[in-house]
Amino acid sequence: MSVKIGVPSKGRLMEKTFGWFADRGVELGRSGEEREYAGFVRGVENVELVLLSAGEIPRELAAGRIHLGVTGQDLVREKLGGWEQVVEEVELLGFGAADLVLAVPQAWVDVGTLDDLDAVAAAFRERHGFRLRIATKYHRLVRDFLRDNGVADYQLVDSQGATEGTVKNETAEAIADITSSGDTLRANHLKTLEDGMILRSQATLFRSRRVAHDPEDHAALKALLETLGVG
Amino acid sequence: MSITPDNRAAVKAEAARLRDLFEAAGAVPVETSVLQPAGTLLDLYGEDIRARAYVTSDALRGEQMLRPDFTVPVVQMHMAHGAEPACYTYAGEVFRRQEDDRDRANEYLQVGFEMFDRRAPEEADARVFAVIHEAVKHLPLQAVIGDIGILMAAVDGLETTERRKAALRRHIWRPRRFRALIERFSGRAPVPESRAALLAVKDPMACDAPMIGLRGPDEIAARIRALREDAATPPLAAREVELLDAVLAVRETADNALEHLRDIAVDMPAIASAVEALAKRLEALERAGVAPHSLEFEASYGRTQMEYYDGFVFGFSVPKRPDLPPVATGGRYDALTRRLGGGHEIPAVGGVIRPDQVVALEGGA
Repeated sequence: MSVKIGVPSKGRLMEKTFGWFADRGVELGRSGEEREYAGFVRGVENVELVLLSAGEIPRELAAGRIHLGVTGQDLVREKLGGWEQVVEEVELLGFGAADLVLAVPQAWVDVGTLDDLDAVAAAFRERHGFRLRIATKYHRLVRDFLRDNGVADYQLVDSQGATEGTVKNETAEAIADITSSGDTLRANHLKTLEDGMILRSQATLFRSRRVAHDPEDHAALKALLETLGVG
Repeated sequence: MSITPDNRAAVKAEAARLRDLFEAAGAVPVETSVLQPAGTLLDLYGEDIRARAYVTSDALRGEQMLRPDFTVPVVQMHMAHGAEPACYTYAGEVFRRQEDDRDRANEYLQVGFEMFDRRAPEEADARVFAVIHEAVKHLPLQAVIGDIGILMAAVDGLETTERRKAALRRHIWRPRRFRALIERFSGRAPVPESRAALLAVKDPMACDAPMIGLRGPDEIAARIRALREDAATPPLAAREVELLDAVLAVRETADNALEHLRDIAVDMPAIASAVEALAKRLEALERAGVAPHSLEFEASYGRTQMEYYDGFVFGFSVPKRPDLPPVATGGRYDALTRRLGGGHEIPAVGGVIRPDQVVALEGGA
C-alpha cells in the first residue's frame, strides 16, 4: 500500500499545486506522455500521485480512496454533507482564490443588500407569478446561505456554465457564481451585493478522515506531512 | 432511530394501534401517493424544501418529490372530494433528506389525524390535541403549545404602514429576518449605505448599465417609490417594540401565559381577541381532560419549523433531550388551505405521531 494524494489533473491549479509541493521538497509531476494521466512523486517514500478532476476530489476523499487531496473549499462544502466529519483542512495553499458571490443586474439601482433582494423577490413573485430565479451550480451553499439570511420567494435554476449570461438571456434574474476579479460580472452588467459574499474559497490540502487505518500508510503520511511542514 | 429490521414489526404494530385509535375517534382512513408533484410543494415552502425533501424526475411529469409529509396531499384530496366537516387519518412513510446529520432518519412512519371543520375552531384545536395526547399519554413527554395567531395579531396591530406589516407577516417564520426588519422599522439599525445613497440622488433611475433581464424599469421605479414612502414613515414607537418583544418572550405554563398575555393586551388591544381565542381553547382543553397548568406555552413555538401553521401549534417532546425529534407535532394551517385553494379557505387543524419514536421510548431507548 501507499499514501495516495489527489491533485487536479490540469491547468493552473495543477501547476500551482506542483509548485507548492516543490517549494517544500516534494516533487510531483506527470509522467509519460502529455495526455497520460499518470504521475510520479520524488522526495518522499511510499506516496502515490493520483490525477483527478478538481470536482471529483471531494468524492474520492469522502470514499477514503485517497488520503490527501488538493481542491477548492467551495467544492468540498458544496459536495460533502457534514464535511468537517469527512475531511480535515490541513493547509490553505494561498492560491486558487475564488469567491462565491450573489450578483444582480447593475441596472437594479434599488438593490444593494440581501434585504433588498428579499423584498424584490416578494414583489417579483407577485408581479410575474413565479419565484425570482437565481442561476448557480452551487445549490447547497447558496440555499443554506439564503436560508440563514432569511431570504424567501426565490428559486435556484441549475447553470453549469456561462452563468453570467443567464440574466441577459432571461433564464434567471440573478446569479450566484465564483469570481476572482469580478471582471466577468462587470462585462455582463452584473454587480455583487454588499452582503452577498457566500464563501471565500481557496485551494486547500485536505486529509480524508475515512481511510482505513494501515500502520505503514500512517507512517508514510506522517513523514509526508512533516516534509511539507504541515504535520 | 428509524425503521430497522429489528424494530420494523414493533413500529408497524404501533402505527396500526395509532390508526385504530384515530379511527375510533371518528377519522376516516385515507391514502396518498408517495410521489408528489414538486411544483406545489416548492410554491408553498420555497426553495428550502429541496434541502428537506428528495427530488426525482421523469420526462413526462417533471420533478416529483418523495412525500415529505401528508398535509398537502390530504388537503388537496379533501378540497377535491371532501364534504365538511371531515376528519381523516393516515399512516405511511415520509421521506426527509438529511444533509448534515447521519443520525437523523431519512425515512420514517407518520400517523396523522386531521380535522376540517369551520364551526368552532377552538373546539377543533382542543379535539385534535386531546386525541394526540390520549395516544401518547403513557410516555414521559412534555407538551408545548403556542399560537402563531397571537403573533400575527400583534403585527397587524402595529401603528405603521400596511407595507411594513406585510413584510413582517411574511417573515413570521424566519425569526432572524423578522428581527432585522423590526430593527430597521424602529430606526435602531442604520439605513444601509446603498439605500441612503439611492434616496439622496435626484434621479435614482439614472444608470449607465443597460437594462437586462425580466425585471423591468417600471418594477424598479415602483420599488424606489416604496422605499421613499418607507423612508418617510416614522419609526415604530419604542413602546410598541417593547410590547411585541414581551409577547414573543412569553414562556410559562399555559394558565400563567394566558394571564400574562391578558396583561400585555391591556396595552396592546390588537391581540385581545387572539388572546381570548387562546382562553377558549384552554377551556376546551380542560373540558377534554387536559389541564392548562400541565402545558408549557411558548409564544415563539413553531416559528422556525412550521411555516403555514398560522394559529394553534403544539408538540410533544422528551424533556431535556433536544437531540431527539418530537414524538408528535401539529397545529392549525388555515393559511395553507387558503394558498392551495387559491383564496378559498377550509379551516383545518391536525397532528402527526412518529410511531418509531413511541416504540423507542417504550423500549427505554
